[in-house]
Amino acid sequence: MSNPGENHIVPYRIYIYILVTLLTLTGLSILVTSFELGPLAVSAALLFATIKTTLVFMYFMHLKFDQPVYAIMVLVVLFVFIAVIVVTFLDYSFR
Amino acid sequence: MSQTATHAEHFDATASKIGMWLFIFTELLLFGGLFIVYSVIRFSNQVAFHLAAEELSVSMGAVNTVLLLISSMTIAMSVSSVQFGNKKLTLFLISITILIGLVFLVNKYFEWSTKIEHGLYPGSSVLQGFGNGDTLFFGLYFFMTGLHALHIVAGISILAWVLKRVADDNIHAGHFVHLENGALYWHLVDVIWIFLFPLFYLIS
Repeated sequence: MSNPGENHIVPYRIYIYILVTLLTLTGLSILVTSFELGPLAVSAALLFATIKTTLVFMYFMHLKFDQPVYAIMVLVVLFVFIAVIVVTFLDYSFR
Repeated sequence: MSQTATHAEHFDATASKIGMWLFIFTELLLFGGLFIVYSVIRFSNQVAFHLAAEELSVSMGAVNTVLLLISSMTIAMSVSSVQFGNKKLTLFLISITILIGLVFLVNKYFEWSTKIEHGLYPGSSVLQGFGNGDTLFFGLYFFMTGLHALHIVAGISILAWVLKRVADDNIHAGHFVHLENGALYWHLVDVIWIFLFPLFYLIS
């Protein structure tokens, strides 16, 4: 019967801080990619997107506050996805 | 009689949330697969992708990014407000989220219309004149942003159902996992856009 979020109600201000951080990161990613960085632009844009996603998962989606089981599941799926990317690129670069 | 009724009331919020997360994983892998397709095709059509991406409006994409980030915050706040027992605020926050989702779709409509007016749509004669790279870029652009827009529609529908349940007092401080799951789905839609925006609009 117990509800996992019951013990910890996230205060509103935490969400406001996270939103401000996310908006700042969005602004920075637009700024950084506006320079002619070539291949670096791709890495920079993906880095900003990954940081933003991590914040959304941890705070908005409560992984930081919930039981660890959800975070463990997310990490397993992330590992599977990265493995698929690595295998695809190995296959693609050696054919 | 009353015992049977109590038994029917039993509800496992953790299991419900794990189910939602499992569904979210299938969605992540669906879009993940599309991102791999995008990367491989981009790798072999770098110049065409560079030029084609400049056709997209960064400001339009940025506005939609800001909208989705704000809506993600409002729906996250509603999960707190329902636990504080503030029904009015919960209803308000869910409504705002739905409204922002609708504005996102309106923006998408205008964005797509402009592209189609310029002859940039899959199978158009303009694109065939540009070559394979541009055709692939706009094929992926319409497919991935279109699939994402469908997810926005699904998210709005789920949140509308959640809104009704909050209004009917079926979702309250003691039982709010449906709101939590609806919010999780909305955050997923936000996360997908966090990757779509740089890949299509920013990298050029």
